[in-house]
Amino acid sequence: MRVGVVTFPGSLDDADARRAIALAGAEPVALWHADADLHGVDAVVLPGGFSYGDYLRCGAIARFAPVMTAVVDAAGGGLPVLGICNGFQVLCESHLLPGALIRNDHRKFNCVDQELVVENTSTPWTWDYSIGQRIVVPLKNGEGGFVADDATLDRLEGEGRVVARYAGDNPNGSYRGIAGVCNERGNVVGLMPHPEHAVESMTGPSTDGLAFFTSVLTSLAAA
Amino acid sequence: MARVVVDVMLKPEILDPQGKAVAQALPRLGFDGIASVRQGKRFELEIEGGITEERLTSIRHAAETLLSNPVIEDFTVHVEDV
Repeated sequence: MRVGVVTFPGSLDDADARRAIALAGAEPVALWHADADLHGVDAVVLPGGFSYGDYLRCGAIARFAPVMTAVVDAAGGGLPVLGICNGFQVLCESHLLPGALIRNDHRKFNCVDQELVVENTSTPWTWDYSIGQRIVVPLKNGEGGFVADDATLDRLEGEGRVVARYAGDNPNGSYRGIAGVCNERGNVVGLMPHPEHAVESMTGPSTDGLAFFTSVLTSLAAA
Repeated sequence: MARVVVDVMLKPEILDPQGKAVAQALPRLGFDGIASVRQGKRFELEIEGGITEERLTSIRHAAETLLSNPVIEDFTVHVEDV
């Protein structure tokens, strides 16, 4: 299995994402923002960081990078796509996911080990979790507040498309404590916290994040 | 040269932490009586040649495609005398 990780100018967590993919047992493939195609990968991760300096709005300029045309097309065909942090922002700006991410309600940059509750385990990125499972992974962002209108939030909850929610106090003002969502088909997942930083006990608060990356292998093998 | 201005504002139902910070700072400086502040963005586009309806249509398209995110923001477009 080959899993691509897109590097935009300003991406930070692309190397950690590739490392997490390798630890999960897949072959990481470095993709560049200017690439016209996805080099035949089986899944794609859009990593965290500050693509294009977060100018205009987070993810707004990255959304028009050449590689995103290929990502949007492939996502429409069912390719598993995971956007983490800035990658989540890019997916929302691309309209692959509903809602948007705005500045934290307390206006400070967050950097904490965050407990999450996994609510949807039918996506290719969450198969290896169990429903209601509590995990701890780093959360680090300034613009992590997930917002959408009430009708969209009701639909997301009604259709089981909230992939993960913050446990305990809401760390950034995200509406209804939402930490991650998926598209209707479930193949595109956006997550504000960083599972790729919680894959080894030496460097992370837990190894709870690794299952995001093993999940995609399990689901691809089952397909 | 003509100038087209695109003003972008967060939709009323979307929280505006920056506006809130400004609103909290104003009374500290003695500026009283300001009930709330919403912060937006203003884009000034310098246009070559004259402004045609076709050109304005294309600018509106740019405003909804890149300059604003219609999920959380509204925009207005107007022509300004330079």
